[in-house]
Amino acid sequence: MTKSDFAVIGQPLPKVDAWAKVVGETKYADDLFLPRMVYGKLLRSSHAHARIRSIDTARARAVPGVYAVITGADLPRVKFGILPVSQDEEALCTEKVRMVGDAVAAVAAVDEETAEQACRLIEVDYEPLPALMSVFDALAHPEVRIHEYGDGPNVHKSVALQFGDVDAALTGADLVREDIFFFEGSNHLPMEQHAAVAHWGSDGKLTLWSSTQTPHYVHRLLAKVLDTPAAHIRVIATPVGGGFGGKTEPFAHEIVACQLSKLTGRPVKIALTREEVFYTHRGRHPVLMWIKTGFTKQGDITGCHLRTWLDGGAYGSYGVASTFYTGVINPVTYKMPVYKFEAARIFTNKPPCGPKRGHGTPQPRFALECQLDKAAEQLGLDPAEMRRRIVAEPFSKTANHLTITTIGLSECIDKVVEASGWREKRARSGVQLEPPSPKKSGIGIACSAYLTGAGTAIYWNDMPHSGVVTRADRSGGVAVLCGATDIGQGSDSVLAYLTAEVLGIEPKDVHVHPADTSLTPVDLGSYSSRVTLMCGMAAIQAAERLRTVIFEAVAQRLEVSPTSLVARERKVGVPDDWDRAVPFAKAVELGEAIHGVLAFPGSYAPPKRAGKYKGGGVGPSPCYSYSACVVELTVDEETGQIDLGNVWIAHDVGRALNPLLVEGQVEGSVYMGIGEALMEEQVFRKNLHKQPSMLEYKSPTTLETPEIHTILVETDDPEGPFGAKEAGQGPLLPVIPAIANAIYHALAIRIDEVPITPDKILKALELKRLGRPARVGPVKLPLFTFKEPIVVESAFGQPADAIVKRPFTR
Amino acid sequence: MIRLPPFTYLAPGTVDAAARLMAEHGRDAMLVAGGTDLYPNMKRRQFEPKVLVGLRGIRELRGVRGSASGWTIGAATTLSAVTAHPGIARDFPALATAAGLVSSPQLQNMGTIGGNVCVDTRCNYYNQSYEWRKAIGFCMKKDGDICLVAPGSSRCWAVSSSDTAPVLWALGARVRLIGAGGERTVPMPALYRDDGIEYLAKRPDEVVADILLPPAEGWRSAYLKLRRRGSFDFPVLGVAVAARMDGDIVRDARIVLGAVASLPRPAERAAAALVGQRVTRELIARVADLAAGPAKPLDNTDFTHPYRKKMTRVFVARALAAVAGLQNGSAASEEVA
Repeated sequence: MTKSDFAVIGQPLPKVDAWAKVVGETKYADDLFLPRMVYGKLLRSSHAHARIRSIDTARARAVPGVYAVITGADLPRVKFGILPVSQDEEALCTEKVRMVGDAVAAVAAVDEETAEQACRLIEVDYEPLPALMSVFDALAHPEVRIHEYGDGPNVHKSVALQFGDVDAALTGADLVREDIFFFEGSNHLPMEQHAAVAHWGSDGKLTLWSSTQTPHYVHRLLAKVLDTPAAHIRVIATPVGGGFGGKTEPFAHEIVACQLSKLTGRPVKIALTREEVFYTHRGRHPVLMWIKTGFTKQGDITGCHLRTWLDGGAYGSYGVASTFYTGVINPVTYKMPVYKFEAARIFTNKPPCGPKRGHGTPQPRFALECQLDKAAEQLGLDPAEMRRRIVAEPFSKTANHLTITTIGLSECIDKVVEASGWREKRARSGVQLEPPSPKKSGIGIACSAYLTGAGTAIYWNDMPHSGVVTRADRSGGVAVLCGATDIGQGSDSVLAYLTAEVLGIEPKDVHVHPADTSLTPVDLGSYSSRVTLMCGMAAIQAAERLRTVIFEAVAQRLEVSPTSLVARERKVGVPDDWDRAVPFAKAVELGEAIHGVLAFPGSYAPPKRAGKYKGGGVGPSPCYSYSACVVELTVDEETGQIDLGNVWIAHDVGRALNPLLVEGQVEGSVYMGIGEALMEEQVFRKNLHKQPSMLEYKSPTTLETPEIHTILVETDDPEGPFGAKEAGQGPLLPVIPAIANAIYHALAIRIDEVPITPDKILKALELKRLGRPARVGPVKLPLFTFKEPIVVESAFGQPADAIVKRPFTR
Repeated sequence: MIRLPPFTYLAPGTVDAAARLMAEHGRDAMLVAGGTDLYPNMKRRQFEPKVLVGLRGIRELRGVRGSASGWTIGAATTLSAVTAHPGIARDFPALATAAGLVSSPQLQNMGTIGGNVCVDTRCNYYNQSYEWRKAIGFCMKKDGDICLVAPGSSRCWAVSSSDTAPVLWALGARVRLIGAGGERTVPMPALYRDDGIEYLAKRPDEVVADILLPPAEGWRSAYLKLRRRGSFDFPVLGVAVAARMDGDIVRDARIVLGAVASLPRPAERAAAALVGQRVTRELIARVADLAAGPAKPLDNTDFTHPYRKKMTRVFVARALAAVAGLQNGSAASEEVA
């Protein structure tokens, strides 16, 4: 379809919840106040690693205004975790604490002050254990075990996959580069701190309102950890004030709120402090990387071998998936005929890492894109042209058996090269600004890809990944019930736009009721950039089923064929005889009179494309988005301070269902990438998070954000709703290496780790002055033997499988 | 959410009454004006006063007045008002700059110049929640008895984090204090002590009433601030330079460093090296080296302390160039953020 065929799609409409957010009407979890509600607080460990000898709660119980005090002994003894293979968490630790911030006890009281006061009166007797605060520490001390399970002492997960003969490919290369990179961990820093309200009613049923991205997974896990039938639990995801992956699994405070409500017979609210959000974490893994790539003289990649070591923190979280993600997505951008990757996730006594925007992929993307830049220089190639040359083929398979459908990366590169004045600026390397100044300017490029929804659920099943029920009522309004959670990305809006487009009504006529496990069909959650595509496809199917019935009824009334009808401008009729078109509300009445209640389901499951090897389930996606980014900056040689001037970013979004929302997602991604490139670091000192506050954990604000020039590229992907692909995560990825590459262009120094701080710039400049290699970055790798790789033939260059009939279309 | 502990708020109508209330309540009481620093600190239990004596209702504490003998700034004048005052901007550009660089516009609208001059010293072992401080082992500035940044030290090394204090010091300002037993006027250096805990040399009942600035006659000034984000961070280095010029010859000069010690730190040898000299790039380089000497930053703020030490030299050189009109390529105003 072309743009002019659409009424709603492609229009720069405001989000359906924009006004409510702006004027403060939106009710977040912490805005909920129920009659008789009390407040909960968690007591958290002050030790990074310790055995719990005993917990004495007597003094806390005696505080006036305290309703209940619980420890892990008051909860069913069952461990949980978001992934079935990593059931290693307890809401309240019973035997051991594994990080500063682990919850050990909780209080419900008349107000937060009283609860906090009572927490301070709980006496925990700890037997301290050695704390392992880095990957190197954890591997050097196998006698200290953070967990008893895993692929070795303190090794949570170790994977090794090989696709084709990488050694031969590297031997035959004209240039082989080996580089080491480090990517520091960071927090999601959502504006809204996690909050939950639980009410275990007198009917024995539990309702939990929570700022979660995954109400369905929370629902399943609550049944398990509370030993209560899932049928008697209702989870409602409140509007989420920023998720970015930090609210994608069940947390201690949610479980504890439920249990405290059960014990007190009152609704219980627990709202985390910012410091507690840093402990809850699940943010970006710190990853150390070794990457060896072979190139031909022309810049083609002959093969690539990547090793990654992830600092996982104290628990499993999504870590097994994160480990795979550090390896599997790199081959989706460029022609990479053979590929090998080895990865290990190591437990440490720090808050657990998990999925943050880009989940496991920004780190290896940084490594690959910086290495490509270094190779281009050695080969005497322009880094933009070199990338342009090696862009992967559409509708083909990668070495690691992922299926690429549309790929607009070449166009993305062309657009940012043109818009930024790349060629002219690139020719002026390290130009000193006029009048004579300590500042030098540089320009750098990088590209990336990201999945549009994970191809497999976190638990094995044959059911839809996303479901919608669409119901038309006699007013002409249409209700859309869907388990999706709007975390600010605009999923409520997208559901309204798609439904309105199919039914020929206005988005305002559509009432979206999201994320309530007792009302809405399951959607797996707002993660892996899956919602627009998967809920979107389900919403289109439901709306089309509704339209079919309405068309049949209107066709009868107008005595025409249903196939001659169209729905637009809130009417249904024959285009050539529009005067007789029936108003939509009337059309609904006609339909209801024949069909009965007009409520229709829509379901979606992604194509089954998992590679036929162990681990092949991580990486497949219906389609991939692509981005290219050029950054222009200046660096002050005396202070090392970096000033971002302009960011040009082109993003292949398949189709922009609403260009305004897509631009918002792209800009947000760029902003977040800038923070990781230049400032953010979740670092520890004396076993404690160094700066768990919004003031001292440095992240850019709007005032530190440069001009962002967003260019949308549309490739109309056959897998997406009206051709759409993701936009919420991918555009973060190229920003970070583009900044590093621009700094090299400005000063001829390489900072092979992020964040790139002024201090590191000055260190590299000092090395340059001394005639030493002008590089700051990691030099040491852990002594670690990866297991024997699973060797699979490379699928590189094979054509994509034809799109088969979709499931649930009967 | 972390919440304020309970306290009683008293709202006297005059400075004398405020001083009497402070004397009456002794160690249980603290003064509050804008509250932009005190209230967050109270939430983290750095301070647990039973009584707050509020200065917001005292008219005589607000406003900027000029006369032949100089300028008088009421201590409860907001930082926004100081920045926006045309007389201040003309005569003491460094002060207008510094006040305009404190935190964010919202906090400049609430925060006062007296509050900034008296702002609590900072340390990243101290500006943390009660639970965090308990986990790491309390420090001597609150609840503990050791210094975590310098464990062998018998004193506290928390960092003076005022933007306006080094500037006022460099400009030769004096401070009028009103206490329960009467008033006195002291030069800026006499307001401070070299101690992270007892960093003010005034009695607890004394209220900073006015800041008195001498006439600007021939003085030029500049302030440069190092911080991670231009949008709202505290200084981790401040450089205030004031010089009285006679053509291109320096007749008098003061260089005062902020955020490198527990009090504003004057670089006296560096300033003396300027006097009687014509300002050249060579002189600036020599003076900047001398000025970096007294800067002894420790690892208790943002950025590494060797970096902050290195930047002292660079920032002093740039501030001197700005004052002398030898722009080092880019305008001083660009460097401050």
